[in-house]
Amino acid sequence: MAGEIADSVIRVRDVSVRFGTTKVLDGLSLDVKRGEILGFVGPSGAGKSVLTRTIIGLVPKIGGCIEVFGVDLETADVTARRAVERRWGVLFQQGALFSSLNVRQNIQFPMREYLDVSQALLDEITIAKLGMVGLGPEVAGRFPSELSGGMIKRVALARALALDPELVFLDEPTSGLDPIGAGDFDDLVRTLQRTLGLTVFMVTHDLDSLHTACDRIAVLGNGKIIAAGSMADMLASQHPWLKAYFHGKRARAVVG
Amino acid sequence: MGNSPTLQQIARGDGLALCAAGPWTARFAPALERMVADAEKLAGSRPGVFIDVSQISGLDTFGAWLIERLRRNLTQGGIEATIAGLSVNYSSLVDEVRRVPASAALAAARQSALTGLIEDVGRNVVGFGTTLTGLIAMLGAVLTAWGRVVRHPRSFRLTSTVHHLEQVCWRAVPIIVLITFLIGCIISQQGIFHFRKFGADIFVVDMLGVLVLREIGVLLVAIMVAGRSGSAYTAELGSMKMREEIDALRTMGFDPIEVLVLPRMLALVIALPILAFLGAIAALYGGGLVAWLYGGVQPEAFLIRLRDAISIDHFIVGMIKAPVMAAVIGIVACVEGFAVEGSAESLGRRTTSSVVKGIFFVIVMDGLFAIFFATIGM
Repeated sequence: MAGEIADSVIRVRDVSVRFGTTKVLDGLSLDVKRGEILGFVGPSGAGKSVLTRTIIGLVPKIGGCIEVFGVDLETADVTARRAVERRWGVLFQQGALFSSLNVRQNIQFPMREYLDVSQALLDEITIAKLGMVGLGPEVAGRFPSELSGGMIKRVALARALALDPELVFLDEPTSGLDPIGAGDFDDLVRTLQRTLGLTVFMVTHDLDSLHTACDRIAVLGNGKIIAAGSMADMLASQHPWLKAYFHGKRARAVVG
Repeated sequence: MGNSPTLQQIARGDGLALCAAGPWTARFAPALERMVADAEKLAGSRPGVFIDVSQISGLDTFGAWLIERLRRNLTQGGIEATIAGLSVNYSSLVDEVRRVPASAALAAARQSALTGLIEDVGRNVVGFGTTLTGLIAMLGAVLTAWGRVVRHPRSFRLTSTVHHLEQVCWRAVPIIVLITFLIGCIISQQGIFHFRKFGADIFVVDMLGVLVLREIGVLLVAIMVAGRSGSAYTAELGSMKMREEIDALRTMGFDPIEVLVLPRMLALVIALPILAFLGAIAALYGGGLVAWLYGGVQPEAFLIRLRDAISIDHFIVGMIKAPVMAAVIGIVACVEGFAVEGSAESLGRRTTSSVVKGIFFVIVMDGLFAIFFATIGM
């Protein structure tokens, strides 16, 4: 990858996205550095998921430029695109598990496509991945409709991590998990980041996650990044929405 | 992206040292799996194996697990395996995979083809029984809901009914009229072609009239409605079931039968006689047109002959059948819709089954009606 820019895994420049007449993203710029966990916050409906989907290439943009691993996905050819897609994993808000495949088949689906290894190894890796997200091997035979909401999140994460990606997009990963599960999840993301050198782009509203798991926080408002920096920067900010968010009733319990 | 991973084997006295190097990552998993298997074989009966992992430049779950698997298999074979030189960065990952339970086989239950076949037959027989009871239960539920609505007309959902009526009746008119018109043309052409050999051209009008008004008109329209609207009902109700919308209705104190099924059923029961009537007219028109242009039967002669050949009974028979068939299609579609489970596959299977069963029951009903009307002499 010759064109890879030193330390930015994701480079978003002046990106605008419009749905009908409403401009959801308006000239937004953002960098995600290699090996960091970026927490992405903003009011509901501000376009956090839209930006995630735009970066992944699911939502067309009307202007600007997005580079992932130094590759502009809009102009890249199919092979280059495929190569980038192999290096990222995506956890969708609703899990997006394939409903007609069971847990084991869901997790093995990307592995089977890309790796020519024995079934035994696939099964063992599947169990290892399930263990990583805090599930036992007994759920492997179940179908998504037989799982609880939290379990769906975990299985979806296991699937996102199936190929040991370098970059993971997490769309509200801890919503719907109990506080202990969410805490484990934060630890898990931290562990993975440390061991695999993972870069994590995490849309979240969980203040605990922001506090314990994230290296940097970016805040979306009015279609732009209104602030980006560490938790301390956020707490020191005088922006009214940030003050309300990080010093609100629910925040005080966490931040103290 | 760097070089490929290696696993160097160095004999050391009667022991063996394995030196892992390079990127041990998912990308190289197939090669890694082979290397690890080879090393395991080579280790054979040696008393001790030393695994040096200090040269590894990249490790992910695949690599960590393969090293762990090697260690486990060796230990299981009575060989003392030690891992050394693990970098601090990777230790938590290795700890993570070490927690994978032993004998982690995901054995899927398999059975022989014969027992599978017998099981399938059994399941299908039971399934047919459940289908019948399901249909009767739905018929009961719809009639109860209807009774409630008659007693409390305010709870009747007029808007919904009109909406469904537009979908299944008004929007179906063009395709139904077109197809029945063409079928009328074809019947007439075939009739003239074959009857001409006996000099019985004019009897084609009798055949067309009886066939269209009694059988083809309503049967063809019912089959088209089953394919067009029955499938839509199943898919709508099924996806609502998948998204727990039906449960939501129930918790708010609404009866899903009353809110969802009754308007759909009513729309279908009103729509099918109308469509069957329009279809019959279109088929007669098409038949008459072909009789005139192809068979030389003048329109006036066609009408006079038609008036003599058919009685109002034929028309009534067709119209009596129509709402009953509509009810059968609607009930089958709703039962199948409610039977959808969580997966997209199940939705597809139920929609298919809704159309197949709908058409099957429509034809069975038609047969029963034929016996009934023959017995009472209509």
